Amino acid sequence: MSMMAEQRELRDDALNGLQLSTHMESIWRTPSGFSGALMSVDHKVVGRRYIVTAFAFLLLGGLLAVLMRVQLAKPESTFLSADKYNQIFTMHGSTMMFLFAVPVMEAFAVYLVPLMVGTRNIAFPRLNAFSYWMFLFGGCFLWISFALNVGPDVGWFAYVPLSSLQYTPTKRPDVWAQMITFTEVAALAVSVEIVVTVFKQRAPGMTLDRIPLFVWAMLVTSFLVMFAMPSIMVASTSMILDRLVNTRFYDSSSGGHPLLWQHLFWFFGHPEVYIIFIPGTGMVSAILATFARRPVVGYPVVILSLIATGFLSFGLWVHHMFVTGLPQLGAGLFTASSMLIAVPSGLQIFCWLATLWDGRPVYRTPLLFVIGFIVIFVMGGLSGVMVASVPIDTQVHDTYFVVAHFHYVLIGGAVFPLIGAVYYWFPKITGRMLSERLGRWNFWLAFVGFNVAFFPMHILGLIGMPRRVYTYTADMDWAHLNLLSSGGALIFALSFALLLANVIHSLRNGALAGDNPWNASTLEWATSSPPPPQNFDRIPVVKHRDPLWFDNESLPVVAGLSAERREVLLTSLAEAEPQIREASPEPSIWPLLTAIATTVFFIGSIFTPWAVLWGTPPMAVALIGWFWPAGHKEDEE
Amino acid sequence: MRQTIVRNVGDLPTYGYGPQSGPWWGAMGFMALEGMGFALAIGAYLYLYAVNPSWPIGATPPDLWPGTAEVIIYLLSIIPNEMTNRAAHRQDLARVRTGLIVMSLIGIALLVLRGFEFAHLNTRWDNSAYGSIVWLILGLHTTHLVTDLGDTVVLTVLMFTRHAKPRRFSDVTDNVFYWNFVVLAWLPLYALLDWVPRL
Repeated sequence: MSMMAEQRELRDDALNGLQLSTHMESIWRTPSGFSGALMSVDHKVVGRRYIVTAFAFLLLGGLLAVLMRVQLAKPESTFLSADKYNQIFTMHGSTMMFLFAVPVMEAFAVYLVPLMVGTRNIAFPRLNAFSYWMFLFGGCFLWISFALNVGPDVGWFAYVPLSSLQYTPTKRPDVWAQMITFTEVAALAVSVEIVVTVFKQRAPGMTLDRIPLFVWAMLVTSFLVMFAMPSIMVASTSMILDRLVNTRFYDSSSGGHPLLWQHLFWFFGHPEVYIIFIPGTGMVSAILATFARRPVVGYPVVILSLIATGFLSFGLWVHHMFVTGLPQLGAGLFTASSMLIAVPSGLQIFCWLATLWDGRPVYRTPLLFVIGFIVIFVMGGLSGVMVASVPIDTQVHDTYFVVAHFHYVLIGGAVFPLIGAVYYWFPKITGRMLSERLGRWNFWLAFVGFNVAFFPMHILGLIGMPRRVYTYTADMDWAHLNLLSSGGALIFALSFALLLANVIHSLRNGALAGDNPWNASTLEWATSSPPPPQNFDRIPVVKHRDPLWFDNESLPVVAGLSAERREVLLTSLAEAEPQIREASPEPSIWPLLTAIATTVFFIGSIFTPWAVLWGTPPMAVALIGWFWPAGHKEDEE
Repeated sequence: MRQTIVRNVGDLPTYGYGPQSGPWWGAMGFMALEGMGFALAIGAYLYLYAVNPSWPIGATPPDLWPGTAEVIIYLLSIIPNEMTNRAAHRQDLARVRTGLIVMSLIGIALLVLRGFEFAHLNTRWDNSAYGSIVWLILGLHTTHLVTDLGDTVVLTVLMFTRHAKPRRFSDVTDNVFYWNFVVLAWLPLYALLDWVPRL
């Protein structure tokens, strides 16, 4: 670029105040109208859609749970047929894991990470839009199939040989396997975006030891996704190939092996638990610091614990396979590592307790959910250490004890922090506060309902009730505890209805939030609520780990970025020294078109291998359209 | 909040190379996850190898010449690839165009050879678990080859249009970087597919 052109360009240091805000807004806003909405690449718009969609799937998955609890409330109930029940528990697990838990955590990261690191958009915004459409289409694919009675019925882990063509000659397992492909593509894309956003787009001065803990948690999670999810993609692809073109991966008569499936599945499946849990811990750290009115005790300890948890999570998968007749040495090793991972989790919990103890806690709804998290997660952790031991695991494997354990871990470890996070960040996202009164009701109904629903399952498991049975006879003596559990489930479901009511009510009538209603310390609270399209009129400069507590009067900023085109500031990896003023993509319809082409390809390829031939050219065309410069200013630099 | 300007970044460049740029890290991320995919496929191969008493199952090992010829071309391709890289850093458009054309032709040649390699695997995907995993791994790497070739061809065409602006040279270097990954990934896969069945 010539010096002349450089001088002609309008920069943000030539503007001030309202003039600067309106100018930046006109550059960064999503085009209006329906087609504009389809083209949006704003991380906040995409993040909001991601969050709402994931919660819609939570509601659907939750309704299935209620149906199961109604069925199990009394012996020999005929409310659901065995076949329906199989579909429902499979759909429940698959929806909760693949369409709710992982996406909702990534959704919060998509919305919050760019704000928390002080940049204007996520890295690769078009990939981000593509990711959302893939997630949406994959979820719809699963649920439409279910509505057409082709819902998967082989469990959320789809073990072979049950899921092989021989034992399930319908398309149900293919629907499951291809839904996996959709959601994994979406999750992998977001993970790369988060890693690059955190590595390269942090505000100047946000050195590695000034990154907010939530952002650290999402960074570690993204790496887990990148190294765990390829495993399930290899697994689901090979399963579809076995069912479609007669490959023999899992056919023991031709050299295949059913346990290969379990290895591939759990090599993904165990890190998956931490992919859900680690973001929860990030939310806990963010909420705790704000409401304990002091930074989290042991910042480096928490980060090292997150990283240690990430590494160790890849060494646990075989503890899901203790009853498959493994060599004893292997079982011993995986028992040891399963117990070892309790150490970093324990360290974090002590850091949080110390933060509460040394702080001046303000018991608002988000903090209540965090305390609920600590109680429930510790109980889930304890039963986890129990099932890490081979003799106990052998006894309780495939019983309701395990169901109780993983609901304590997952709902305690992820859903409670998540609901706390909804109360905490709702004001930032919408500009309005959620009702505190309804929030307290919400918390207590959730806490009591959850424990009444799931604690009895420990006992049911110990007295022998197996998982995945659609009914039981009266003489088993399981009826009372099951009825109690179903009652608790209804109370728990009610708490979510209350959350929904609170959200709908507060969107219109909630108190106005202002920029920083909780007097929190991180950068997302330095801009308005909801944030403008450009996030910040000027990019902040960070001089302290808790920038807004360090100075809540004025925000140091950099100037000199373009006020004519979308530009973000790239900084160095460790020290966050400014390096490049990089162009950020304009809105585009191509990510949606690419997602549609990919959807046709994916769905086609469970019916015919020729989809690879006729499905690829439209994808290639869409991708070329996506990457070909459209002649925007930012492309011509 | 009141803003205090503490620094002006107006003098910074608008694009950069390597670890300075965002897309380089994006490519790095995708290489990491795709590399993991390869590693897991290799793991699956070795698992099946370990649980079966005979290997390869009901087939002779693949003919050596297509894979070996590919190895030679892949390794030699690093030279024009690196020349393209240097030309892009110098922003020498003429040499970048030549380099991209050469790399596109190399990609096409390798794709043709890959066709021969499939034909000389001496097993079908539905013969046995051995055939299945061999076809899966070769298919996986072929997908990478095709993707990178497509990317290279589109970039070549782009560099002959009015869009061949300075920042596109950074895209060229990222494409070069990714090709090295495709080459590096092939070496262990070649050893696995062509030599392990001969052990």
